[in-house]
Amino acid sequence: MSTDTPDAPSDDTPSRAELAARVDELEDALAEATSEDDTKKMSIIATKGTLDMAYPPLILASTAAAFGYEVTVFHTFWGLDILHEERSKNLKLSSVGNPNMPMPNAVAAIPGMDRVTTKMMEKRIANNDTATIEELLETSLDMGVEFQACQMTIDLMDYDEDDFYDGVTTGVGAATALQDMADADIQLLV
Amino acid sequence: MNAEFDIAETLDVKGASCPMPVVKTKSAIDDLAEGDVLEVLATDPGSMSDIDGWAAGTAGVELVDQEEGDDVYKHYVRKTE
Repeated sequence: MSTDTPDAPSDDTPSRAELAARVDELEDALAEATSEDDTKKMSIIATKGTLDMAYPPLILASTAAAFGYEVTVFHTFWGLDILHEERSKNLKLSSVGNPNMPMPNAVAAIPGMDRVTTKMMEKRIANNDTATIEELLETSLDMGVEFQACQMTIDLMDYDEDDFYDGVTTGVGAATALQDMADADIQLLV
Repeated sequence: MNAEFDIAETLDVKGASCPMPVVKTKSAIDDLAEGDVLEVLATDPGSMSDIDGWAAGTAGVELVDQEEGDDVYKHYVRKTE
């Protein structure tokens, strides 16, 4: 005697029509899910405002935009300075705390040394034809990168919304950033 | 230069360094018509790997050829859609 389920339909077995409808429904859901994946997304959180740390988020943002990614860069704390029209042109390189600097920390800590190392780096940037921060920012904005300035830190730093480059989004917080990160294929904290 | 394709436009990014060769190539490609080939002249040695990687990872473009000259790296990118 076989214990297999009998082929004959019983009351709780879906009909062929019901199964066909279910297949259609699942195919539609699959098509929708996969079509949304066509555009890749990258979400960067930029927290640093030194000259060297301003570069990575902007280089990656502009390059990802060139790949056709949707890019959001959420700037918070010192990262706000990258979006600050005036301060972005005046970012400093710290001479202390970096053992790769060609000077001991005791010398690096002398007042004015940050200005010296910053000038040295600015000269290198100019000589190497490396793009400036302003150039990278304007390029990224042109390419559709969304730059967001964290509202809590704008208030904390006593900045004004008008201080930022045109096109920068203000009035956003951690929840906005988190949602972007959840949707993104690449998430980076710089 | 190369008999297999006609060059529709030449982009000169000599002197520019990462990420500008890729970023400017993308902008120049946007202005071309489907099927057009863009010639990119660069001095950044990283552009050989970067433009190759960009073309492989980007929809609607295809790397046709790359030439490593004495001082100039030449890239040929076709817009495919």
